[in-house]
Amino acid sequence: MTLDSRIPSGPIAEKWDRRKFENKLVNPANRRKHEIIVVGTGLAGASAAASLGELGYKVKLFGIHDSPRRAHSIAAQGGINAAKNYRNDGDSIYRLFYDTVKGGDYRAREANVFRLAQMSVLIIDQCVAQGVPFAREYGGLLDNRSFGGAQVSRTFYARGQTGQQLLLGAYQSLMRQVDAGTVTMYQRREMLDLVVVNGQARGIVCRNLITGELESHGANAVLLCTGGYGTVFYLSTNAVNSNVTAAWRAHKRGAYFANPCFTQIHPTCIPVSGDHQSKLTLMSESLRNDGRVWVPRNQGDRRPADQIPESDRDYYLERRYPSFGNLVPRDVASRAAKSVCDEGRGVGDTGLSVYLDFADAIKRLGAETIKGRYGNLFDMYKRITDEDPYKIPMRIYPAVHYTMGGLWVDYDLMSTVPGLFVLGEANFSDHGANRLGASALMQGLADGYFVAPYTVANYLAGASMPAVASEHDAFKEAKATAQARIDKVLSVKGNRTIRDFHRAVGAICWDHVGMARNEQGLQGAIGEIRQLRDEFWQNVLVTGEKNNLNPALDYAGRVADYMEFAELLALDALERRESCGGHFREEFQTPDGEALRKDDDYSYVAAWEFQGVGARPALHKEELVFDEVHPSQRSYK
Amino acid sequence: MAMTVTLKVWRQAGPTAAGRFETYTTNHVHPDMSFLEMLDVVNEEIIKAGKDPIAFDSDCREGICGSCGLVIDGLAHGPDRGATTCQVHMRRFRNGDTITVEPFRAKAFPVIKDLVVDRSAFDRIIAAGGYVSINAGGAPDGNSIPVAKDVADLSMDNAQCIGCGACAAACKNAAAHLFTSAKIAHLGLLPQGAPERSRRAIRMVEQMDAEGFGSCSNEGECEAVCPKEISIASIARMNRDYVKAAAGK
Repeated sequence: MTLDSRIPSGPIAEKWDRRKFENKLVNPANRRKHEIIVVGTGLAGASAAASLGELGYKVKLFGIHDSPRRAHSIAAQGGINAAKNYRNDGDSIYRLFYDTVKGGDYRAREANVFRLAQMSVLIIDQCVAQGVPFAREYGGLLDNRSFGGAQVSRTFYARGQTGQQLLLGAYQSLMRQVDAGTVTMYQRREMLDLVVVNGQARGIVCRNLITGELESHGANAVLLCTGGYGTVFYLSTNAVNSNVTAAWRAHKRGAYFANPCFTQIHPTCIPVSGDHQSKLTLMSESLRNDGRVWVPRNQGDRRPADQIPESDRDYYLERRYPSFGNLVPRDVASRAAKSVCDEGRGVGDTGLSVYLDFADAIKRLGAETIKGRYGNLFDMYKRITDEDPYKIPMRIYPAVHYTMGGLWVDYDLMSTVPGLFVLGEANFSDHGANRLGASALMQGLADGYFVAPYTVANYLAGASMPAVASEHDAFKEAKATAQARIDKVLSVKGNRTIRDFHRAVGAICWDHVGMARNEQGLQGAIGEIRQLRDEFWQNVLVTGEKNNLNPALDYAGRVADYMEFAELLALDALERRESCGGHFREEFQTPDGEALRKDDDYSYVAAWEFQGVGARPALHKEELVFDEVHPSQRSYK
Repeated sequence: MAMTVTLKVWRQAGPTAAGRFETYTTNHVHPDMSFLEMLDVVNEEIIKAGKDPIAFDSDCREGICGSCGLVIDGLAHGPDRGATTCQVHMRRFRNGDTITVEPFRAKAFPVIKDLVVDRSAFDRIIAAGGYVSINAGGAPDGNSIPVAKDVADLSMDNAQCIGCGACAAACKNAAAHLFTSAKIAHLGLLPQGAPERSRRAIRMVEQMDAEGFGSCSNEGECEAVCPKEISIASIARMNRDYVKAAAGK
């Protein structure tokens, strides 16, 4: 199968209008006859379900939590970008597009990114109208701040809880549709398989997490909005229930997985303190607006921060990147932190952290102003570390945060399985090899509010599909497969817990597929993952019942899928013999340690086709074409 | 620096099953652990003993998703003010402590299993009117209606509600007034939410009653345990909105 990205022809600024015009429409009276399944209730899922409900489709929404409002979009702190140019500082749709393509290290699809930048302005309007209480200035207009990777202030925010407020806005619109009867919610359900009939996505099999019952749900289209796979690393800033299961099972049914090695390690997280930790906590990178990052100039300098004079400090980001300073993009900031720690200049008990110091900002602006900007983040930091960042510098270290890779989609966000659409972090499309700050919220909402409603309609209007009952053989087969996997994991009754296996696979990924990767490490990792997967099915221990609420069993299914997914992650990293964005191969770097891309060989999207567990997946390449932004070595100096 | 703690945990196999306290002692507690990480450790020990681990809800583990919610030694979300259960750390306890852990109890929050309760009543209260009725696509420019900063800030104070249910769990009447009023205040304060202010108050309050939440007797237990420190002043606002709307009906 050749990958057709179905990018509309014409100038980049007209492509989306052209596609919208070419798209077929569904008559309002017919919409309620079309059933659409939406899986996942974060920004992408909630906004898509709400918008499709508003249009009159019959929507079924599935989520693993007790309420749609719990989805992990809720935890995004810093903000959402939009090319409003309210600051009069030279921003435009084209500039946001340019920054995002460049920030993604020229591994994103230009047409998608341009549409994203166009939609960004609509999102802010939509959210304000929903009652999202964005930060305001005294004059009553919307406030903005700057964020990593940009030299304009285009980030809208609601204190340090922007994701929460945007998700609640989408959730409220969604609940309005639930009240109106267009959306039916199925919470505490986990999608365990995609049902494909005659080559079209026609439904899902999911598990009722309270009763353990497997349920079949049919539809005319399925939208996966199930987020990323960051928890494959065990420790990440993701919620502990975030997982790859829905996407992975869809992959096994024919959806190609694109660029899994593009993972984002966020530079400003609270460092690891011990092996009891279940997750890591992000400190919004907005902190880098006022905080200065430094380490001691000399190796092994163990003095407390306040006893290290200016002359013995190395503000390494300001030194290496004078024009962007502390606001360099995430991948650059993370790698720089790793390299100073590797040099033995890291701070804290473990030596695996760097300072983020607000002393200058407090001196310049006063503690009250700093509190107004970052109060809740400072409180959060103090609660976790027992240290007061108003007095001693924060310590931060990079942690896995976001995954740019995901299921391959065309311009219409449709996967390689017709009728299966993938939105938000679960797809691969907009961020290339590195995502800029405040862009994830933008993408989730753009996909859900403003893209899927048009493209799904076009699919529904154009596809011919027979009625399929949930007694169809494809449903029976999917259900039997899911049941067999549950029974199998319960039947092993070995000696090692799920958490232990998860930690083990996470450690392999962090050590070899983390911030720095190399040929030998990746080859070794693939072997280790295979071995661990074999051990998993021989020695895993899951207790409790299958016909009752059993979070340990839910967890087992997710970790079992990571045992398979991790191998693809490592393989993709191995096969991409270049460095770009979050994918840093030690063999490919410039003399001063920056990522060295190989555009002649790797300017493509790697889309992998499943061939069986342990079998080498087939690689399909989507060549990337850059008509607008000419790839160059990214410079933030 | 390992600590030993003894837990008395509410175990209940299902909604209709009888519950009871079970005692667990663990020696593998570190002061830097969060309370939920401590429960993870206990669960690992239970699993290794071949038994059914303690079911509890949690997700983001940074105090924003609202999934977690335990009553720790009689306090919803435990001993820290302005914090969720997942933000409580074991350094708040002493070596050798015995800690009682229960689910959020309220008539409208039936127990599903162990420490997990059904809070879908909150979703239904929001569905009754906790929104602004606009469809995607037709919104005016975000800056077309200025909103005074203090109004936006007060709206945001209320919008911070994470829907955890601690307010109802702490209230002796199991009332959901703080939750409901936070949404009514968040939206009612903003010009975008003003057109539906009366309808919203009537419908949300009626739904709250229909779900079986109790009445408010102004004791402020809700405010004291609210992890986002939402003020009971919002309840007064809700009552005003409701009375005005009901009078005008």
